[in-house]
Order: sequence, then C-alpha cells, then structure tokens
Amino acid sequence: MAENLIKPENLVYEKTKVLTDRVMHYCPGCGHGTAHRMLAEAIDELGLQGETIGVAPVGCSVLAYYYFDVDMTEAAHGRAPAVATGIKRVFPEKTVFTYQGDGDLAAIGTAETIHACNRGENILIVFINNGIYGMTGGQMAPTTLPGMKSSTSPRGRDVATMGNPLKITELIAQLPGTYFVTRQSVHTPGNARKTKRALKKALEYQKLNKGTCFVEIVANCPSGWKMTPVQSNKWMEENMFPFYPLGDIKVPE
Amino acid sequence: MKELRLMKGNEALAEAAIRAGADAYFGYPITPQSEIIEYLMRENPVERTGMIVLQAESEVAAINMVYGAAGCGKRAMTSSSSPGMSLKQEGISYIAGAELPCVLVNVVRGGPGLGTIQPSQSDYFQAVKGGGHGDYKLIVLAPATVQESVDYVKLAFELAFKYRNPIMILSDGIIGQMMEKVELFEQQPRLTEAPEWATVGKKPGRDSVIVTSLQLQSEEQEKVNLRLQAKYREIEKNEVRYETHLCEDAEYLFAAFGSCARITRKAMEMAREKGIKVGLIRPQTLYPFPVDAINKLAGQVKGILTVEMNAGQMVEDVRLAVNGKTKVEHFGRFGGMIPSPDEILNALEQKIIGG
Amino acid sequence: MAKKGDVVINIEKCKGCEVCLAACPHEVLALSNEVNSKGYHYTVKVNSGCTGCANCAVVCPDAVITVYREK
Ligand SMILES: Cc1ncc(C[n+]2csc(CCOP(=O)(O)OP(=O)(O)O)c2C)c(N)n1
Ligand code: SF4
Ligand code: SF4
Ligand code: SF4
Repeated sequence: MAENLIKPENLVYEKTKVLTDRVMHYCPGCGHGTAHRMLAEAIDELGLQGETIGVAPVGCSVLAYYYFDVDMTEAAHGRAPAVATGIKRVFPEKTVFTYQGDGDLAAIGTAETIHACNRGENILIVFINNGIYGMTGGQMAPTTLPGMKSSTSPRGRDVATMGNPLKITELIAQLPGTYFVTRQSVHTPGNARKTKRALKKALEYQKLNKGTCFVEIVANCPSGWKMTPVQSNKWMEENMFPFYPLGDIKVPE
Repeated sequence: MKELRLMKGNEALAEAAIRAGADAYFGYPITPQSEIIEYLMRENPVERTGMIVLQAESEVAAINMVYGAAGCGKRAMTSSSSPGMSLKQEGISYIAGAELPCVLVNVVRGGPGLGTIQPSQSDYFQAVKGGGHGDYKLIVLAPATVQESVDYVKLAFELAFKYRNPIMILSDGIIGQMMEKVELFEQQPRLTEAPEWATVGKKPGRDSVIVTSLQLQSEEQEKVNLRLQAKYREIEKNEVRYETHLCEDAEYLFAAFGSCARITRKAMEMAREKGIKVGLIRPQTLYPFPVDAINKLAGQVKGILTVEMNAGQMVEDVRLAVNGKTKVEHFGRFGGMIPSPDEILNALEQKIIGG
Repeated sequence: MAKKGDVVINIEKCKGCEVCLAACPHEVLALSNEVNSKGYHYTVKVNSGCTGCANCAVVCPDAVITVYREK
C-alpha cells in the first residue's frame, strides 16, 4: 500500500484563512470564486488581514463580504471607489480595496472610477470583467464584445446602435493618478498564480502612497454566456483575450 | 474657548463642523451653500484638528464617501442644496439602512428642476418623508438663526451617534446667506475610539465587521425594518424640539419653521398690535414632528395657519397632528419668493379668521 | 522521478464544474457518478498519479481541494 501523504508536514495547498468557510453562492465554475481566493491569499501572505477594509459592489459579488474574512462595506451600485475614498481618507494607514464587476465599475460607476483613479486614491481596485451583467440575468455590459449576445442584445451587440465596448482599463492607465494597471485572468493555474502576484504587488504598492492600483481580471460567466464552465474558459481565450489582451498596461518606473 | 463672532450662516455652520470635532467633510459646490466647502478649504482644518475636507466629483460621490467614512465610525458630513440633495438620496437610503451616523445639510433653494438659487422650503417632504427609497427616517433639524445653524451641527453629530442614524439640517438660502452674531462653542475633541460596529480592520477574536443594507431573506429584511421602526418610535419619544411664542392666550395659531418662522413672528406681532390674539409654534425638529404640542394647541385655538416657502408641505403634518380638531390652512410663497409679514397677516385674516 | 502527492476533496463544497479536471496534468481527477447533498457530481481521484502540483486547487473556484506532497 502506498504511503499516506496526508499529514500536516506534507501540506502544500489549502484554503487561506482570509476566506471564510461559507459555501460561495456563485454558479459552478464562475471566475469570481478564484478571483476572491487569489486576493484573499495575497492579503494573507502579506499579513494584511487585520488592517484591510474591503468594499463590495452591487453585482454577483455583492455578498463578497461573506467570503472575505476582513472588515467590509457593501457599496451602492457603482459607488465603491467613492466609498473606498471615504474609508481611505479617514484611515490612510489601512489597506483598502474595492472588488467590482464591469457593469458596476465601467457603466453606472464610471465617474467614481475615473475620479478616484485620477485623484490617485491609494486604494486597490479589482475589476472583474466578464463582459456581461451576471447578477441581473445576463444583460449587455459596457464590456460586451461586438456581436456578442446577451439578453438585451439578443441579436448580438450592434455597435452602431448600442455603442462600443469600453476598454476602461486602458483609459484608466492614461490617468496620472494610477500607479500600477494590469489585466490578468484566473482560468488556468498559471494565470491564477500570475493574478495573485499582481494583487500582491498592488497591495505592497499601496504602502508607498503613489496612487491607485488597478487590477482587471478577465473572467468567465458560464451562466450569462450560456456555456459550461470549461467551454466558457475556452471561449474567453478565443474571444475576450484578443479584445482585452492580458498583461501589464502601466507599471511603476 | 467660546467665541462671539459676526458670521454668514453657511460659514458659521462650517466653522461649527470643525469645532464639533468632525472627521471628514465631502461635498460638491452648489449655490446657495458653496461657502461651506469654500470656508472649510480656506480654514484647512486638517491642520487645526485633523479633519479631512474633500471636493468630490459629484454629490453622488460625496454621499458615498460619507458612507465609507461613517462606516469607519468617524464623524462624517456633507452639504448641498436641493438638486444636489436629490442626487444624494440613494446614498442616504443606504446609510439609513446600514444604520450609520452622519450629518447632512440641505440649504434649500426653489424647485422643481434646476429651479432658482433663491431660498425656499420646498424640500420639506423630501427631508421628512424619506426622500430616497425604502422605509426610513432622518432626524430633521430646522434652524431659524445662524446661532441655531451652529448649535445644530453639534447636536446633529450627537444624535447621529446616539441613534446611528443620518441627521439632516434643513436650512435655506436666507439663513445660509445672512450675517448674524453667533456664539461659537468651544472646540470638541475628535473621536479617538472606534465603535464596535465600525470597519477598522478585523481584530483577532472577533468576527469581521460588515456594513451593509442588504438582506436577501424577507424575514431578515422585515426584522431590520422592525428594528428601524422601533428606533424611530424612540426618537419620536425623546427628540421632539419646538418653540412657542405667545400661545398662552392664543385664539389663533401660526405654524412655521426655519427662516419663515422669523417673518411669521413679525406678522404675529403686527396681529397682536391689531388685537388679534395669535401665537406661533415653530418646530425645530421637523422629524420627529411636535405632534402632541400642536394637537394640544388645536384644542385651544379657532384655526391654524401654516406659513411656508413652498406650496403646502408642513401643512399636511399639521393637519395630521390636529386630526380635525380645528381648521388648518396654508399660506405660502414659492419659487424663491419670500412672504412679507403683511401678506401673512392678510392670509390669517382671510383664510382663518374671516374664512 | 516526480514527487508523489495527494489531494483531499471537500465533496460537499464541490459544484462539479470540471475546471480542476482540465487543469490536472496527470488526469488524476474525474467527476463521480454520485451526487453530493446539493445535487452536484463531485470530483474524485481516479488514479494515483498525483504529483501534488496544486494546479487543481489553484483553479478551483470553490476552494474544494487541499493538496499534500511528499517532502
Ligand atoms: C442603482 C441600481 N441600478 C441597477 C441595479 C441592478 N443591478 C444589480 S447588479 C447589476 C449589474 C451587475 O453587473 P456587473 O457589475 O457586471 O457584475 P456581475 O454581476 O457580472 O458580477 C445591475 C444592473 C441596482 N442594484 N442598483
Ligand atoms: S451569473 Fe455569471 S458572474 Fe454571476 S455567479 Fe453566475 S457565472 Fe458568476
Ligand atoms: S474545480 Fe472545484 S468545484 Fe469545480 S469540479 Fe473541481 S473541485 Fe469541484
Ligand atoms: S495536485 Fe496536481 S497532479 Fe494532483 S490532482 Fe491536483 S492537478 Fe492533478
């Protein structure tokens, strides 16, 4: 019989304590869960749990505060960067992050996003771009690709009448207030690990008071896209990544 | 140290915020209240007390910054005027739902729409009946003098933390813009200890603090509503504030608040000279409303005239308080027009005495 | 020779999304025929080829998998 390897000294990977034990409400295979865990691991590894204040959005991740074991505030739809500004201004020494979907950050909250970044608020903004409104049932988002179907673009996004998808991350990178802007994904082990490294960097940069760090995570929404999780990840590679290429967009000099 | 100064209403209110030990102000310019943020920026209280002042990109952002700072257990405030206050309503509803303390100032101007920059009281309904969505209440303080504008800032922060509830100071362009002598209270210390409900970073041995107004289960949301209602009943029991003038022998009664009460007082004096026995009740809290006091006076007088710079808003609450005991009428000027004492006296004679 | 590893699967939390299956370089994982109390087919180990690389655990959205590896 093979040797039993399951003993504490052999442990190489377990759920971080910065995530609670609650079962997440996300659909099977949804990128939100992995994105949460990468951020929680980054907070854990940097020893920031006791000084972190998070801001949850309105969107599928509205209940993020049940999963992150840190103090959190639930913001109105799109207003997380303003809420985070309020927190960071009264607690400049704390670590503050927002976690927002594309509808939240790039549609209803565009003004708050751009102005928080332009003021260079020393916060981390984690932006989950799944190209759709997940929570409300798969409507078109500002990031929905041209021709992509959603419940409010049933014949595919027609840019002539519905406008173009917004590459808000590239826009954000133009602002002098941002310090580190990157686009990542969490659908493969390698990508997830890279995302965690980016999040750790962003959290470390926050201590420098040099400006806003902005980490976009291109993610799947199997339910909204009406695909299996594995199909959705493939579709994301083939369709989302060409339009939203992964990699750093602005790095500190 | 207490201090006597001649000050403009808005500036006195801003100075009072610093002295009340406020931690943060977030605002966006709009007439007739921009002097509040201008004064704060000039005064740079971060150097005096450590208070943060930030000009936000909009009223929407400002109220959400207040929400974030209030969730940290800090004394946070914002100010605006009518159109800006409309924009803040979603945020105010969240703050009320999450049961956070904060101070809101509305220096009211005439509406609807962009309306006029001239003074008005047409946001009474918005302030006392809710304003935003959902069953919630603000404590609404209505100053009639620059002195009250100052004193109510301190009171507002006290009430906000006592009840974990947003408090509104419902001022108007007259009080905001006029110069009066005020006694400024002495500098209060800023808060040093965070309440246990505040997001300050999770401490070992306690659960994480969650500031939210979301309840997915109806049963849980109903519990929240019941808790809020119980709090509002408590507020109604403890916090009613009003002033009466010459009500002992009154046969008629004026009801007016804020700047309008000052003009109405003049009308009352003119009526008294003519031998008309009229008194005045001035609610200082518009919510909770002085229901019992008005009901009691209704048993004594032959009629009540509310005088408001709007098309008839507080009159509804007076009628509810009076509950049919006596006649209640409204006289108002609006759109930025200010009623004259003559007009008010005339309205009393026409609508109440003669009517 | 590669180190030997093992995984522990919290089957009650598994949602049967198969993302871990696609991430495993050694085809160690498969979905069971059984379902858990939520009605999901859950991940099980089907061979002993695990090297403890943790790929499956890293991509699992629901933090279902704990990984061990010989020292
Ligand atoms: C003011 C307001 N408008 C609309 C909504 C409804 N709403 C809730 S979530 C959402 C979209 C969320 O989409 P996204 O930000 O992309 O996040 P996802 O659910 O995809 O993670 C909308 C429109 C709301 N809650 N509040
Ligand atoms: S709807 Fe989409 S984004 Fe929301 S939980 Fe389901 S898969 Fe994830
Ligand atoms: S990735 Fe996680 S939830 Fe999905 S099937 Fe594998 S173990 Fe289950
Ligand atoms: S640890 Fe690596 S080898 Fe083992 S099951 Fe997971 S992915 Fe496969």
